[in-house]
Parts: sequence; structure tokens; C-alpha cells
Amino acid sequence: MTTALAHTWYVTQRYSRTAIRQPIWVLSALLQPIIWLVLFGALFKRIVEIPGFGGGSYIGFLTPAIVVMTAMFSAGLCGMTVLADLDTGVIDRMLVSPVRRGAILGGLLVEQAAVVFVQCGIILVLGLVLGARYSGGPLGALVLLVAATALGVGIAGLSNAVALTTRRRESVIGVVQLLLMPLTYLSSAFMKLELVPGWIRDIARVNPVNWAVSGGREALAGNPQWGHVFLNVGLTVAFAVVTTLLGTAAFGAYRRSV
Amino acid sequence: MSTERVRLGTATVRDRARGAAIAAGGLMKVYKGGVKALDGLGFTVAPGTIFALLGPNGAGKSTTVKILTTLSRPTEGDAFVAGFDVIREADEIRRVIGVVAQRSGVDGASTAVENLQLQGRIYGLGAKTTRLRTTELLERFRLTEAAGRAARTYSGGMRRKLDIAMGLIHRPRILFLDEPTTGLDPEARADMWQEIQALSEQEELTVLLTTHYLEEADRLADRLALLDRGRLVVEGTPEELKAGLLGDSVQIELGTSELPALLSAELEQLEAVRAFSVEETQLRAQVDHGATALPVILAVLDGYRVPVISATISRPSLDDVYLQYVGHSYDHSGTTVGGPR
Repeated sequence: MTTALAHTWYVTQRYSRTAIRQPIWVLSALLQPIIWLVLFGALFKRIVEIPGFGGGSYIGFLTPAIVVMTAMFSAGLCGMTVLADLDTGVIDRMLVSPVRRGAILGGLLVEQAAVVFVQCGIILVLGLVLGARYSGGPLGALVLLVAATALGVGIAGLSNAVALTTRRRESVIGVVQLLLMPLTYLSSAFMKLELVPGWIRDIARVNPVNWAVSGGREALAGNPQWGHVFLNVGLTVAFAVVTTLLGTAAFGAYRRSV
Repeated sequence: MSTERVRLGTATVRDRARGAAIAAGGLMKVYKGGVKALDGLGFTVAPGTIFALLGPNGAGKSTTVKILTTLSRPTEGDAFVAGFDVIREADEIRRVIGVVAQRSGVDGASTAVENLQLQGRIYGLGAKTTRLRTTELLERFRLTEAAGRAARTYSGGMRRKLDIAMGLIHRPRILFLDEPTTGLDPEARADMWQEIQALSEQEELTVLLTTHYLEEADRLADRLALLDRGRLVVEGTPEELKAGLLGDSVQIELGTSELPALLSAELEQLEAVRAFSVEETQLRAQVDHGATALPVILAVLDGYRVPVISATISRPSLDDVYLQYVGHSYDHSGTTVGGPR
């Protein structure tokens, strides 16, 4: 067990190093959510005036959604890293070493989780600067970050599974583009579910993005309904577990195909 | 009945494995889609020697390395590395082998130091041992100056050296080098040859290397195995293989590469010629006795009005070994060209 953890940590360190050394990546990873927050915040500012929305500040409503979106888009291209490591032989080199098999993808997922957590934390602070108020306090903020990170890991697992199964960059990009935007709009990210058409509401119920937004947003509100929070964050974590298993299975299939 | 035979096969490979660095027998590998990469390959490598697997692209060299390094499982057959079974004792094997694959596995975004340290820690070396080994290997491969730079800025030769250094960090007993000089310029190749020779002279390191350069196998290997389409064609020391060829090698440079269609058939008929090949304007024939065969061949060429620029008779080289056993000559780009089969 300690060996497995140590190996995961070594692999995590390597990926973190690679990520931090790409200044353009670091910049865009932070700039993109800032643009979303400012842009969507201004664009939909008056949505709160719609009868039934319940008033409040839109930026306060929007911030948890942007946090979750950041997590999703940040992790979506995780599979590209796997493909690059397959191409350069880094993964094969690890496979012929005594490294624990689980540490190879595990280390990458831990790095993704850490990146997402830090990125999302920065967005939360930025939301505060732009006028959002978090009645749920630090605990609520932490729950939102956990939900966003779980979603990020879930999307990363999915991305890895697609990458290892198809072994094509185009497939990873295609699936990410096809999936992430619709999933975002088929959730309560920008609009209260009470105000959207019934069919969107139905889809949102089984949409991991909605679980993360809904659970995280509730935790950040004053006097949260903890039952709702636990259910939705729990479902998000379950989603991450399932896609991690999918990624692991795809890795197993890759190893058998060599 | 067939189970018994398989078990018997295993037993003999296991017997050979005792005291050997590597022993393989009856190795088959069929990939999805039915591509047969290995077709009953077997060989034994003695400890402390350099053993070369020689053959053109697609002969099964890399597949063999993948199986012996536990990356890939054989469809059938047995292999033992350092006395351990590649299927049942993969973990034990991984601890005692070093692997330098064709796709390097160097992380370009990390420096040489970082690449080496990650490698050391993964192999279970302590932080201090890893640091010491890293410094030692960087000096050994003259990479100290570049050690703090991202590996993606390295030349092909430097990258390959870092690759080998990474394969050596845990002091393996057996080192696998899969086409170590492919893609290197001649200077870097000569340099790499010296490094590989130095490696085998040290300690008890066994080296299994694959190559499609005859010259490389001749120069480095204590023993070599010639592979063709997943099968072992012949095995021995370079000297044995060359000595096994009776007779001489005749090389004739022709004035044209456009040869009449019937020429091949007629050369095949000649009793004095055992095998021959034509690459561009080079005709190469293996004959019992050079001095008597040459006039006969020249007479045939003259009969077809093929101009001859020069003719040489020499003792056979590994090229001729290849010509005899595989039946088609071997060119240095790693592709085979036609000839009698």
C-alpha cells in the first residue's frame, strides 16, 4: 500500500512539473474561467429579475457554475496527455518497471485533481472580488471545491478511457467538444431548473455536471439542505469512481494489445 | 497429448534457463487481426555476453523484446529472464532488467536529472542512492553539462544516452537495447557502439540488442541470431556464421541497373553459383570457388550484353550469411530485396 502511494506520488510530481512548465497552459487555464465569469456575469446580469428566479445577485448564482465548468474543461483533455505518453514511450517505460500499475493513471488523476482544486479555488476568490457572497462560508466553499474536483476527475477518467480505447487525438477532442458544452447547458449552471423546459430538467437529473453544480451551489448558500448536498456531491463522486474504472479497464485492454 | 508436449517444451526451456541470462523456446505471438509476429522463436543468452537479434523490420525483433521485458505476453511458448518466468514472475524480472526501447520514454519536459530521479525512485532506490547514481550516470555518459536542461532540447545522441542511463540506474543484470542506433548520425552511432562495448566489459551485464545493421551486430555481438518472419534462421558467433559459409563472395558492379528478364533464370542455372542478389547495379553472388566462378558469371553477363565495371572476390561477410540463410540480400535501410528463394 505504501509502495503504491509512493509510486503514485512520484508520477503525480512528474505530471505537475510538466503542467507548470507550460506557461501558456497555466495562463489560459486561469484566463479562460475569468473571461467566462466576467462575460456571462455581464451578459445574463438581469436574469435574476425574471419572475420565479428569486432575485439575489447573478454573479453569486453564476460563480459555482463557472467553478464547475472550469473543472470540466480543465480535465477534458487529460486523455491527450496519456496519448502523448504512449507516443513517446513514457508509459511503456513505466510498464517494464516495477511501478505499481495503478500508479500510472492514478498519478495523472491525482495531478488533475490538484490542478482543478487550485484553479477552482482561484475562481472562487475572483467571484468574491466581482461581488459574489458565499453565505455557506469556508465549509460551503470546500464542499463546492470537492464537488468540482470530483467532476474533474470523472471527466478526466472518461477522457483517458476514450484516449486509450481509440488511441486518437481527434477522438478525444471530438468527444470533449461534443459532450462538455451540451452537458453544461443541460444543467442548472446558468438558469434555475424551475425555469427551464421539462425535458431539460429531466436530463439534468442524470447529468453529472448538474449534480456537481447543484450540490456545490447548495452548500455555498445560507442554511443549505444537507441532504440535497450529500446526494448530489455523492453522485458526482460515484461518477468519478465509475469513469476511473472505465479508464483502468481501457488501460488493461491497451496492455493486453501490446 | 498436446498438453504433455507443451509441458515437455517448458521443461526443456526451463532447463536451458538455469544459469542462462535469457532462455526462450517456441515463442509465438499472434496479434489481433491475425498478424503473426513470432512463429516458434527460441534462443539462449549466456550471462555477461552481448547477444544480437538481427533482422529486417517486421522480423519480430521488437516483439521478442516486448515479451522478454514483460510488456507483452506470448500467445504460446516459454521465456525465462534471469531464471524467472515472463508470465508468472513478471515483477521479479522487472526489478533486474533495464530497458531501452525504440520509443525512448524520456520525458521531454523534464531535465536529465528529473528523468533519472523519477526512474530511480520507481525502482525503489532511496533518495540518497538515487542522487548518487544520477550524478554518477550523468558523468559516465557525459551529460553533466546538459543535466539541468529539458530533455527535449537534446540531440538524438544525447537523448539516447540519457535513455541508456535511465535503463541502468538500478544496476540491472540484463539490459535490453531495441535498435539503439537507429536514427543516429554516423558519429553518434560510433559513439554509441563504444558505450555499449564498455557496458558489457563492466561487471556481469548481459546485453540483448536488436538491430537491422549487419555491421552493428558484427561489431558488437558475442553471438547473434538471424531472424526472419518471426523465426530464428541461424544462430552463432559472427565468426562461426561467416566460417560456416564455404567458398567466396563475388561482387560485380554492373554498368546498368536495367537487366534483361532472362538473366536471373540463367544465373540460377549456373552450378558454380549458390545464391545471388542484385541491388541496383551491385550483383552479389556466393560461390564455391571465386576464381573459377567469376569467368563463368562474366560470360553470362557478356552474353546478355550487360556492361561490367568491376569485379571483386572476397571472403564472406555477414551480408553473405544473410544471403545464404534468408535467401534475399540485405540492404542497409532495413528492407530486403528480391533474389532467389
